[in-house]
Amino acid sequence: MDWAGLTFSTLFGTLRDVLPIVLVVVVFQFLVLRRSLANPARVLTGFVFVVLGIVLFLIGLETAIFPLGRGMAEQLIAQATAGADGQGWLSYGWIYLFAFAIGFSTTMAEPSLIAVAGKAGEISGGSVGVLGLRFAVALGVATGITLGVYRIIYGLPMHWFIIAGYIVVVIQTAMAPRKMVPLAYDSGGVTTSTVTVPLVAALGLGLAGAVPGRNPLIDGFGLIAFAAPFAIISVLAYSQLSVYMARKG
Amino acid sequence: MAFNFQLLPGFPSRPQLRSAFRFRISPILRNLLRALTDSIRDLTPIITVIAFFQIVVLGQAPDDLMTIIAGMLCVAAGLTLFVAGLEMALFPLGESMANGFVHKGSPTALLAFAFALGFGTTVAEPALIAVCTEAARAAAEAGVIAEDPAAIARYALELRYVVAFSVGLAIVIGVVRILKGWPIHWLIIGGYVLVVVMTAFAPREIISIAYDSGAVTTSTITVPMVTALGVGLASSIRGRNPMLDGFGLIAFASLTPMIFVMGYGVVTN
Repeated sequence: MDWAGLTFSTLFGTLRDVLPIVLVVVVFQFLVLRRSLANPARVLTGFVFVVLGIVLFLIGLETAIFPLGRGMAEQLIAQATAGADGQGWLSYGWIYLFAFAIGFSTTMAEPSLIAVAGKAGEISGGSVGVLGLRFAVALGVATGITLGVYRIIYGLPMHWFIIAGYIVVVIQTAMAPRKMVPLAYDSGGVTTSTVTVPLVAALGLGLAGAVPGRNPLIDGFGLIAFAAPFAIISVLAYSQLSVYMARKG
Repeated sequence: MAFNFQLLPGFPSRPQLRSAFRFRISPILRNLLRALTDSIRDLTPIITVIAFFQIVVLGQAPDDLMTIIAGMLCVAAGLTLFVAGLEMALFPLGESMANGFVHKGSPTALLAFAFALGFGTTVAEPALIAVCTEAARAAAEAGVIAEDPAAIARYALELRYVVAFSVGLAIVIGVVRILKGWPIHWLIIGGYVLVVVMTAFAPREIISIAYDSGAVTTSTITVPMVTALGVGLASSIRGRNPMLDGFGLIAFASLTPMIFVMGYGVVTN
C-alpha cells in the first residue's frame, strides 16, 4: 500500500477540484459584493475541514471500500455466469441482493445527500425527518440499481425503464404535498456521487462484460441513471405516506 | 453496585464537572464529536454489507485486514471533518453570498455568479472527464469521428465544455425560477419530455452516456454550495418559501447535461 503516493495524489486532485469554487467565491465576494466575511477565521477553518475531510474520505474509499466492492462484484458475477444454465433468477440471486444492498448502503454514506437532507431538516423546522428522507432516497436508489441490473441481464432497452420511471414521477408530482416536490427532484440529483458511482459503475461494466450478448459500451453505462428517477419516486412516496399517516391520526 | 467517585474527598461535584467540560470543549470540538457519532452511524450499513458478502457469500476474509481497517477509519474521520466543515464554512458562506446579492439588487451579478459556480465546478470534475473520454471512444468506435487520438481528445474536450456550459445554464435557469417564483414542476417535467424526445433522435451510443452525465456532474462541494445559494436566495427574497423555492437547483443541474449531450450527439452525427 503506497500511502504517501495516494495521499499526495488525492490531496492534489481535491485541491484542483476546490480551486474553481474558491476562485468564484473570492472574485464575487470581494470584487462584486465588496464585503468582508462575517467570521473569517471560522469560515477558513471550516473550509480546511471540508478539504481535509474529502481527502481522508477519498483515501479511505480507495484503500478499503472500492477494492473490496469491486472484487466482490467480479467474484459474484463470475460465480453467477459460471452456472451455464444462463438467465435464471436463482443463479443471479446474489447479484440482485448485492445490487440492492450496495445501492442502499452507499447512498446512506453519500456526503452530498447528508448535506442536502441536513439543510432540509433545518429549514423545514424539523417537519422533514433527516434520517427518514435519507432512508427513502437510499431505498429508491437500491430499487433503481436492482432494476438496472435486471435490465442488463435480460438485455432490455434502458430508456423504457427511465421513461416509465419519469411518468410515475409526473403522476406523483400532481398528488404529493407541494412543499416536498423540489426537495424530491433535488434528491434525484444528489444520490449518485462520490461513493455510489465508482461501485455501481464497476458492477454495471462487469455485468455487461460477463453476460453473453451484452456490449459494455451500450449496456454497461446507464446503470447510474437508474438511481435518479427511483430516488425521486421514493421521496415523493415517503412524503405522501407521511401526509396519509398524519391524516389518519 | 458501582463505586461512586463523587464520595471521594476533593472530587469535583457534578455541576463543577459540567462547567469544566463546557469550558474545555470548544464549540468546534463539540461539533466534531457530534459529527463523529453521526458518521459512524452513516457508515454502519456499508460496513455490514461488505462484511456480509465477504464472509457469508464469498466465504473468505479480506487479504489485508489492517489496510482495510485503516481505510475505514480514514473514511469515518473524513466524513466527520466534512460535515463539521459544511456547517462552519460552505452553508454560511453560500447563504451570506445569496443574501449579499439580494441586497445589492443586481440580477446580472447574481446570474453571472450562478453561471460561474455551475460552469467552474463542473469543467474540472474528474468523474466528468472520465465519462467524456469514454463517450469519445464510443463515438470513434461507432465511426462518428476518426479513430485517431487527436480526434478523440478533441471530441472529449468539446463534450466536457458542452456539459459544463449546460450546468452553468441550469443554475442560471434555477436562479431565475427562484427570482420569479415559477413552480418547479412545469420546468422539470418539460425538461424530461425534452429528454424523451431527444432520446428518440440521438445516436444510440450516446444515450446511456448522456443519461449518466446527468448523474456525475454534481460533486461533493458543489452540492452544498448550490443548495445554500438556493435556500439563501429564497429566504432573503420576500414572498419566497425556502422549502418551495429554495430547493431544485440541483435537479436542473442533473437535467440539462442529458439534453445537451444528446444534442451534441445529434449535431456531430
